[in-house]
Amino acid sequence: MIRLLALLLLVLAPLAARAQDESIVLGLSQTSVAITADFTGSEILIYGAVKREAPQPEGGPLQVIVTVEGPPTPVVVRRKERRLGIWINRDKVRINHAPSFYAVATTGPLEAILSETDNLRYQISVPRAIRAVGISAQAEESPSFVEALQRIREQEGRYHLDEGTVAFTEDTLFRTDVRLPSNLVEGNYRVRVFLTRDGRVVDSLEGGIGVQKAGIERFIYALAQEQPLIYGLLSLVMAVVAGWGASAAFRMIR
Amino acid sequence: MQLYLPIAEVSINAFLLLGLGGIVGFMSGMFGVGGGFIITPLLFFIGIPPAVAVATGANQVVASSISGVLAQLKRKAVDFRMGLVLLVGGMFGSAIGIWVFARLSVLGQVDLFVQLAYVFFLGLVGALMLQESLRSLRRSKKPGQPVKRSHVHTWVHRLPFKVKFRASGLYISVIPPMMVGGLVGFLAAIMGVGGGFIMVPAMIYLLGMPTKVVIGTSLFQIIFVTAFTTVMHAVTSQTVDMVLALLLIVGGVIGAQIGARLGVRLKAEQLRILLALLVLAVSGKIALDLLLTPTEFYSITPGTLP
Repeated sequence: MIRLLALLLLVLAPLAARAQDESIVLGLSQTSVAITADFTGSEILIYGAVKREAPQPEGGPLQVIVTVEGPPTPVVVRRKERRLGIWINRDKVRINHAPSFYAVATTGPLEAILSETDNLRYQISVPRAIRAVGISAQAEESPSFVEALQRIREQEGRYHLDEGTVAFTEDTLFRTDVRLPSNLVEGNYRVRVFLTRDGRVVDSLEGGIGVQKAGIERFIYALAQEQPLIYGLLSLVMAVVAGWGASAAFRMIR
Repeated sequence: MQLYLPIAEVSINAFLLLGLGGIVGFMSGMFGVGGGFIITPLLFFIGIPPAVAVATGANQVVASSISGVLAQLKRKAVDFRMGLVLLVGGMFGSAIGIWVFARLSVLGQVDLFVQLAYVFFLGLVGALMLQESLRSLRRSKKPGQPVKRSHVHTWVHRLPFKVKFRASGLYISVIPPMMVGGLVGFLAAIMGVGGGFIMVPAMIYLLGMPTKVVIGTSLFQIIFVTAFTTVMHAVTSQTVDMVLALLLIVGGVIGAQIGARLGVRLKAEQLRILLALLVLAVSGKIALDLLLTPTEFYSITPGTLP
């Protein structure tokens, strides 16, 4: 395994672009995910190593943070309120940039290994990844809407923080598995790896995973988007044939 | 067996979907309702996005209604002439309904309006049906009571443009059925259902049609209303999921055949009591959702860039 990783490191070495004391070399078990009919989610192995030009500098132990971010979209969060005895949607907040998926994996507790300044700068933690700008004018207690978004998406398995799930050997080799759920959205998934020491980000590197529907899923989706009238009529034909076919089949049985 | 749905973009157990389709098809065949008012909330419940659930539900109702109509046709229980008159009114009503729906969407609160419409109409229709069928059931058990006339002549029978509806045994003006069709089409467009649960009691109580032709005729009309809705949804919002529809249909057509056969064995009053209870249950469930304190106060919907 180590030998295989070492071999991969040689191949992937050019990825480590920045020349500095400690830099990251990154590998992904796959660079694309195909959503087929039997797709139930996928697990991506993210691995890599720390390359050193000089001896390890002084300071605390090295830490690794891995994030995977799905394509961001704008969302509207609504809050229910009781009016005349019934619960109806009242206030709403539009959030311009909410990732459809966001996972953070670390070697240790996020708060301990990442300073607030660098979290702000690199937008690493889950609340930071949701960029909600100018929401305070839209409703009272607007931060609670962002918290609700995070809470609901965590329950759906779309957002998660997995502390201590990155295996880090000899301050050099790291690996982690990130689970992608079945309710994936198509698009480019951004993978980021951060190397931190004493809370400061020492180096970071980005990669990408393309998620796309494949086979019959792709065909149906494309047809629905590009030829909606034909698609609609085709759906009807299918319904008519199925309805008639079942009736005929039951007549045969009797 | 998990299956990924290409438009809904979720992975769901295929047998669960077959089962859901079967339940709805069963009711469709038995009662002559399309089942839209049941399938749509059920699809929400298992995690299908609402827009996809509404559009795909309509597609499924087309298939189960065709299957049901064919079963009724063998019993000569479809009044085509009445169905066509209802359909003409239905198309007008549906066009007005789609316009009103668009106006409501602009104003916001369309979800609330739809929920209130469900509670009100399902509750009203269910209560009326239950009361009436219980009364007639009680009457049929007591012999010696005066026999009720098949239908009472009212102002409805003095309107012009009278037409013979032979299968229904009626000689009435086309205006009332057209208005019933229009009202149902209007409500169907707003509530996103075929409208059978309103159509069936309206045909029995307002038009005085015999129960045995009501189911077939209602299904006949529902086919066209839901076919129209399906194509509209596919063109305007691309929310019809063919894979989801196919699974629901396969379950549904089988269920519809079984339902239609079982329906023959039950008495008309029993059938109506069952349908009334079902309608009341759905109405009650939606009312509770509005009245009880929700566990989650917040909801997320996809937004568009300003």
